[in-house]
Amino acid sequence: MKFKTKMISLFIVAVVFIALFLFVDIGSNWDYVLPRRGKKILAIILTGAVIAFSTIVFQTITNNRILTPSIIGLDSLYMLIQTFLIFAMGSMNLVVVNKNVNFLISVALMVLFAGLLYKVLFKREGQNIYLLLLVGIIFGTFFGSVTTFLQVLIDPNEFQIVQDRMFASFNNVNTDLLIISFITLLAVSIYFAKFIKYLDVLSLGKEQAVNLGVDYDYVVKRLLIVIAILVSVSTALVGPITFLGLLVANVAHEFLKTYQHKHLILGSVLISIIALVGGQFIVERVFTFSTTISVIINFIGGIYFIYLLLKESKSW
Amino acid sequence: MVDVIHVSKEYGNKKVVDDVSVTIQKGKITSFIGPNGAGKSTLLSMISRLITKDNGEILIDGQEVTKSNSNQLAKKISILKQSNHINIRLTIRELVSFGRFPYSQGRLTKEDWAYVDEAINYMELEEMQHKYLDELSGGQRQRAYIAMVIAQNTEYILLDEPLNNLDMKHSVQIMKVLRRLTDELGKTVVIVLHDINFASCYSDYIVALKDGKVIKEGTTSEIIDRNVLNAVYDMDFQIECINNNKICIFFS
Repeated sequence: MKFKTKMISLFIVAVVFIALFLFVDIGSNWDYVLPRRGKKILAIILTGAVIAFSTIVFQTITNNRILTPSIIGLDSLYMLIQTFLIFAMGSMNLVVVNKNVNFLISVALMVLFAGLLYKVLFKREGQNIYLLLLVGIIFGTFFGSVTTFLQVLIDPNEFQIVQDRMFASFNNVNTDLLIISFITLLAVSIYFAKFIKYLDVLSLGKEQAVNLGVDYDYVVKRLLIVIAILVSVSTALVGPITFLGLLVANVAHEFLKTYQHKHLILGSVLISIIALVGGQFIVERVFTFSTTISVIINFIGGIYFIYLLLKESKSW
Repeated sequence: MVDVIHVSKEYGNKKVVDDVSVTIQKGKITSFIGPNGAGKSTLLSMISRLITKDNGEILIDGQEVTKSNSNQLAKKISILKQSNHINIRLTIRELVSFGRFPYSQGRLTKEDWAYVDEAINYMELEEMQHKYLDELSGGQRQRAYIAMVIAQNTEYILLDEPLNNLDMKHSVQIMKVLRRLTDELGKTVVIVLHDINFASCYSDYIVALKDGKVIKEGTTSEIIDRNVLNAVYDMDFQIECINNNKICIFFS
């Protein structure tokens, strides 16, 4: 298949799924149903785009195709922030109840953490990917443990509110956050536009990038902050989805067979939307809400990875 | 001209490069020789800003490296390290086109592509230019990387052991290309070499390093000298003149 045909077919599949999701079984009360479905699908598209986008960028700056932002603990940090806010201020406090305020605080803290992580991991010389992974996993586990500890201490009623934010689900999408998420994504994309040209070069590795005149520290630091903001957006909207980014980024690489990031990002965003909208459609229509989308994504993702492993081992 | 002035670099407590001062002449091939761990590669990496230095100054045409604009510097100086592992799948032509990034920022013009073609021709890679890097032999891949550096069209070209893992034929081929780059295009080439006979036959100027210090620097005939080499490598050399080239014999 030619490259253009691939992109166009991805686009068509995405549009078809979105249309299916919006219009199947719409019944006669469409003026009630359609806006509700519309909000939901917007949230799904937004999340899908953000996850694909952040994972591709993260994989490029770490030069590793099995890493996702969640592996270095960014979404466990988000959960920690949520739990801590409820723990310290109570569930009735403004920063918990007002989702926009809560969102802004979370984003600020995530960016701060990304800055710290950058200082620890990227600034010093001779850092390798294993250290990044190790530190990331330790951070992730640490944040997770602290979160659990705080959850054990708080009032059971407040725990309900934490729990509500803990699991990825598109059945209770945080539609209050749609507008602020959309604005954030738009702002980040505009800011990101001037960095996109560096991504192809960054994928050659740090030394080649420096040789070709990329101000490596400056660019990587800003890209990490972009990633932190994007992860905040997706986690705030639906909760942590660990597998999707990894899956989507790898499918995009395999399917498009290109190194150019302008194509990779667009392609992976489309694939991500297809996976999420299609998955949610199946959850709602085929399984009638008896399962969640993460189960389906993990199931299909797992099969795909086994296939990749088998294929790779044959080619050696 | 590249001026290295009192430059030091420590890893932990070990001084890898210790108060080194060297001047690299324009339009010449300068070789860095010395035993393993002498600090040759580290020095090269510091000149090309890949790693930071602890002390001292490195001036390229009078401008301090760490204070220069990185993109401007990329049009002036390029480096090729000894191990180049790239995670993405590229053809030779795509790789070489990356060499134009400092000029085009990824949007290659006709002129940029002309440079790419020229670099590919220079390294005699036309026939295989659409092959992927992982389908190539070590020698072909090394030539592809050098083609990328040529496409970058910088005045200074730094190469860290470019002959590593290459057979004699390809080594000679690459050294001849470097010679042509200096003689025909007036480039300045700095190269880390382990094979001192290649250094002797192809370079104009040699810097001998040991334990992070410059033992001696000078023209090729000054350095390819029994006493100097004995001191640098701690072994006995015999030097013969064959076809006007000094050849070192050190196998016994």
